[in-house]
Amino acid sequence: MTKKGLLFISLFAFMLMLPVAMHGQCKQFAKKICKVGLHPYQHDGNYHAALLIEGEEAELYKTFYSDTDYRIGVCGASNLSDIEFKVVDSNGKVLYDNSLKDFEWKWDFKLESSQQLKIVVRVPVPDAQVEEPSEGCVAIMFGFLD
Amino acid sequence: MTGRSILLLLIFLGLLTDGCNRGAKSAGENSEFEATGTLDPETQEQINTAKRIFYSLPSPLETAMLIKNAGAEYDERLLNPVENTSIYLTAKSRALNLGIYSTDLSYASLFDQTQATLNYIEAAKAMADGLNILDAIDEETMERLENNINNRDVIIDIISETLMNSSSYLKENGLEATAAVVLVGGWMEGLYIATNLVGEDQLEGNKLVERIVDQKLSLDIILNLLKQSSEDEDALAVMDDVKELKSIFDKISIEQGEVTAVEDPETNVTTLRSESSMKITRDVFNELRIRVGKIRSRYIS
Repeated sequence: MTKKGLLFISLFAFMLMLPVAMHGQCKQFAKKICKVGLHPYQHDGNYHAALLIEGEEAELYKTFYSDTDYRIGVCGASNLSDIEFKVVDSNGKVLYDNSLKDFEWKWDFKLESSQQLKIVVRVPVPDAQVEEPSEGCVAIMFGFLD
Repeated sequence: MTGRSILLLLIFLGLLTDGCNRGAKSAGENSEFEATGTLDPETQEQINTAKRIFYSLPSPLETAMLIKNAGAEYDERLLNPVENTSIYLTAKSRALNLGIYSTDLSYASLFDQTQATLNYIEAAKAMADGLNILDAIDEETMERLENNINNRDVIIDIISETLMNSSSYLKENGLEATAAVVLVGGWMEGLYIATNLVGEDQLEGNKLVERIVDQKLSLDIILNLLKQSSEDEDALAVMDDVKELKSIFDKISIEQGEVTAVEDPETNVTTLRSESSMKITRDVFNELRIRVGKIRSRYIS
């Protein structure tokens, strides 16, 4: 095999492994940054995190129960801009929009009746023209008060 | 190879290997956000191919908290005996019972049952080890648990961490189907415990019954979660069980009014105000309890 061929295979293997390695970092980020920030709310133990690229959106569906105090935390890696998120009910009504709260990463709430809600998340694109968008870990975590 | 080509290849490989499922919606369609910033069209096209979608079930810890906060009692007879760990030899039975034992563990710990907590973390560890989930519950964790057995906050934190370790390991290693089966096992155990704790008690005004009825709101989440792994036969089998339950939940009605968000400026806590009502008959409740019991019996035997 030529030097060029070896180089190509090495690069391909590296790129194949890179997302796996980055996922490992994503877990550490979720655990050390986001989970800690949920305090004094107790993290529920669920793990929802992924590598997102600037401009990319994600959504999460979850049922929240009445008479329970919840904290939603949506946090992104430091190389990304402040993460935008909204909480939407089953009729499409926006109940919370963090862009109206200076991109606060967490939201504390309770419900009078149980609801299935959708959390929509976006990694904003910087104002300047971007040729190669950044990629970083974004975690959505939930805590409750016992 | 240019920088951009490498980036696009990375995005493509990321799509292939990442642990989160993507839906079919384009990010541009039905987006809740207004466009900001500028990406060059080629890159935007790559990003727009699909939107990531997560479906979140109540975790074993949340399930146990809901049962406890509904005023329920602790009944160890309802738990899956830890002696059963040796009979689970398939990936499916280990995944289901990792969820089941995790719910039992959470339930025992929230009721300050120290010996049961120790027993059930061992049982959960056996299932996680059987699934080759590395370090979900390691020796250090076990030691920390034993040293803090009378400190409920620390114990709950340890349980939360072990749940996250298992879930993240499975998702990051392409085992989303197993992660989904674990969650359904835990959810089914919560439903089994709750329906049996209600027993012959009155249904009306019963907080635990409300919690059981609330599970109707999660059925489409569970089915969508399992559908994301529909190529996996274990996930498909579990999906059939959930569909069985859906046919009963369909007989329960939940009416929900409009939701209004009201923020308390002092605490910054928002209350989502809304009215709701539900209707479940004794016959339907009994049918649900019996069906859950049969499915759970298959899972633990």
